[in-house]
Amino acid sequence: MKAAILLFPGCNREGDAARAFGQAGAETQIVWHADHVLPNGIDLVVLPGGFSYGDYLRCGAIAARSPIMGAVGRHAARGGLVLGICNGFQILCEAGLLPGVLMRNRDLRFICRRQHLRVERNDTAFASAYGLHQTIEFAIAHGEGNYEAHDETIAKLEDEGRVAFRYCDASGKVGGAANPNGSTNDIAGIYSKNFNVLGMMPHPENLIDPLVGGIDGRGLFESLTKAA
Amino acid sequence: MKTRVTVTLKTGVLDPQGKAIEGALNSLGIKGIVSVRQGKVFDIELEGAEPETARAVLTAASEKLLANTVVENYRVELL
Repeated sequence: MKAAILLFPGCNREGDAARAFGQAGAETQIVWHADHVLPNGIDLVVLPGGFSYGDYLRCGAIAARSPIMGAVGRHAARGGLVLGICNGFQILCEAGLLPGVLMRNRDLRFICRRQHLRVERNDTAFASAYGLHQTIEFAIAHGEGNYEAHDETIAKLEDEGRVAFRYCDASGKVGGAANPNGSTNDIAGIYSKNFNVLGMMPHPENLIDPLVGGIDGRGLFESLTKAA
Repeated sequence: MKTRVTVTLKTGVLDPQGKAIEGALNSLGIKGIVSVRQGKVFDIELEGAEPETARAVLTAASEKLLANTVVENYRVELL
């Protein structure tokens, strides 16, 4: 598995992503946003977390118009894998690779905490190491994670089984106080139509070491490393 | 040519910032405010003075970057 981790001005979790993929046995390289092409033989493009362009204009808006994103779009169109984490998810929505938009958290606070998620499906390249409806614990750190889209878009996502993860409590109960940001239908991550693009607000790359109190994040990287 | 693009949230889109501003105005004792929704103003200076060209440039700028048309509207003014 060869992954290209994109670097925009203001990203801050590219190192964490590289570490998580390295631990799972994948090869990674950092790709600068102003490049026009991806390196040869890339299986997966990763858009890491952070504050690209300082969240100026809208989160991810300027990064989504970077030169490298043309190549990412072509890679996705021919079935290549793409993973957007947090700001990466915001960039994918702004770039039109995923539908909808991430808005300011309903309660206006930046939320930085551990967060339980329910794995909605495990038959994808990203989640095969998890059990169906398994409750896992990642970390979240965001101020704009409220996933919103037109009603028809939400209905389509649900009908097509494209919700990847939902916010839940430790017992696996979805929604209510377990939803940190007001996301529609407690959506924490979604897949593209062909399930090759995943955007998610939580950070799997930060729960891979017992030292920080959890290793549920490893499953995502293990799934992907097996996928190519 | 001086121009202005105003970007606002579409009706029905949740605006917690607007609500927070509303609450703060009320706390300041400014009464009679029914609702507040926050938008953005871009003051853009264009070269040339042709109104049709100006509108085309600003529309392209708005559609491609300044507004996220999933949740935002935009209005173009030639000043």
